[in-house]
Amino acid sequence: MDLENLKKKNLLHLQDVYKQYGPKLILDNVDLSVAKGELCTLVGPSGCGKSTLLRLILGQEQASSGTVLVEGHDIGTPDRQRGIVYQKYSLFPHLTVLENILLGPQLELGWLERRRRKKQLRDEACYFLKRIHLEEHADKYPYELSGGMQQRVAIAQALIMKPKILLMDEPFGALDPSTRESMQLFLLELWEELKMTVFFVTHDLEEALFLGTRVLVLSQYYSDSRDQNGHPSRGAKVVADYLLAKTAQSTRVKENAEFLALMNQIRKEGFDPKFLKKVTEFNLKHPDSFQTLTPEERG
Amino acid sequence: MPRPPQLWGLHATPSLWAKVLLSALPFILIVSLYLYGSHRRLQENPDDKILPSVTQMAEAVNRMAFTPDKREGKYLLFSDTASSLKRLLTGVVLAAAVGLFLGLNMGIFASFRSLFLPLITFISIIPPLALLPILFITFGVDELGKVMLIFIGIFPIIARDIYCAVSEIPKEQITKALTLGASQLEVVYKVILPQIVPRLVDSVRLSLGAAWLFLIASEAIASTDGLGYRIFLMRRYLAMDIIIPYTLWITFLGFTMDWLLKKFVAWRYRWYLAAR
Repeated sequence: MDLENLKKKNLLHLQDVYKQYGPKLILDNVDLSVAKGELCTLVGPSGCGKSTLLRLILGQEQASSGTVLVEGHDIGTPDRQRGIVYQKYSLFPHLTVLENILLGPQLELGWLERRRRKKQLRDEACYFLKRIHLEEHADKYPYELSGGMQQRVAIAQALIMKPKILLMDEPFGALDPSTRESMQLFLLELWEELKMTVFFVTHDLEEALFLGTRVLVLSQYYSDSRDQNGHPSRGAKVVADYLLAKTAQSTRVKENAEFLALMNQIRKEGFDPKFLKKVTEFNLKHPDSFQTLTPEERG
Repeated sequence: MPRPPQLWGLHATPSLWAKVLLSALPFILIVSLYLYGSHRRLQENPDDKILPSVTQMAEAVNRMAFTPDKREGKYLLFSDTASSLKRLLTGVVLAAAVGLFLGLNMGIFASFRSLFLPLITFISIIPPLALLPILFITFGVDELGKVMLIFIGIFPIIARDIYCAVSEIPKEQITKALTLGASQLEVVYKVILPQIVPRLVDSVRLSLGAAWLFLIASEAIASTDGLGYRIFLMRRYLAMDIIIPYTLWITFLGFTMDWLLKKFVAWRYRWYLAAR
């Protein structure tokens, strides 16, 4: 598919994106296009720039060069097109669960309108409270909730705004394994029901494969023809991109042979500093993936 | 197993009674010492004014608080209290409002911070009492001069404390609020401000001591009424029977304000206390 078409068709489009902090190059010519309705997971070794990439999409930081588009428009600063769930600090400590969920809609409406639609807003919030199984905890403050509950509230808080894309930055990273697994199932259920677009950053490979309809691997471990002039200061690229068939699945799939094989494959491609693939030979299997290599990179 | 010690050492877990007794002990000691000293001195010289007896102080309080003043017909203790509290509260409320506004905006907006933080840090280092002559010359020796001393003495402390509190709020929260559709002003006044209010109350509590100091100082130097004015006036007559009850009264007022503010935070902002 040609690039212009891809740009038009897809919700999120990044092209030739570089991000540099001082002399250190973090993201090195990243190309990425994500279709609507996709549950896209991004994995990679720690420090490879996953969160940086997420912040660029969020608009919290600007790319040093390159384009980042949502529905064909420059993304600008953070706004209600994009929802965000962080690992922590997502909730406002001074608001109860219900108030946290209602904050977005209330900011949107004027004072009068808010009074007039009070009932409707409450109903909407109650729907989400039920969806996240926290009806009885509506009037509690975040500090009174467990980590998993807090993250469910954070998800509801973002979803009530119906963002075009929901960004999640290691949202389950601080949870214990069993809570984590139930949160993964919860997210899959929500995704099936609401058909939302999700961009999910994690350092946990198993989580990425279990959740994603598309798994992106970001890594600085690859080689290109810049190698010949000594060791280059190189940033991370999308080194692999897989399409995964997805239905809300049981966690049993994590023991499946195919699942484990792919996991090992990705572990080699993305996480092994000694396994360096040439830029032209990346496993970019997803139909939407593309590369705009510079002549130096191509060699 | 040996019982843990009751009173001394690292492992001691004193009972409630022991704790109450321990807290009361120093007070009992000081009062006893005073009463003994007063008794001895009055025995030697019944006209001694330095350590008045409890009866003498009670008479003085009666004269100051429950008998109308001969000249103006006012109950002096209460009219002094009213004028002092008016000055104190005006100064403190003004300082809290300005400190909150500055601290809040400095914590959020980088240019606002560059514009004001060095200035406020500079002002906070000037000893406020050294400014008193300037303030009296500029604003007059009436109410405004005194209120300004309190204001200038404590607003930098409050502004810097609020600034610290706001900068400690994770940036994620601001981004999150923006993704929920908040405008920049809404981030400041609807998301950050409500979180900062309990900290402001704490900050005011801490600066109340300084506020009293500046109040008493300015009243001592130029005033015609007020608690500070009265105790410094009475010093001329060595009227310890009035000075001591006045000082206790000031302490009581300060303590009550502190206690009320503390209770207010506990009642209204339980999430704030839980987070600490």
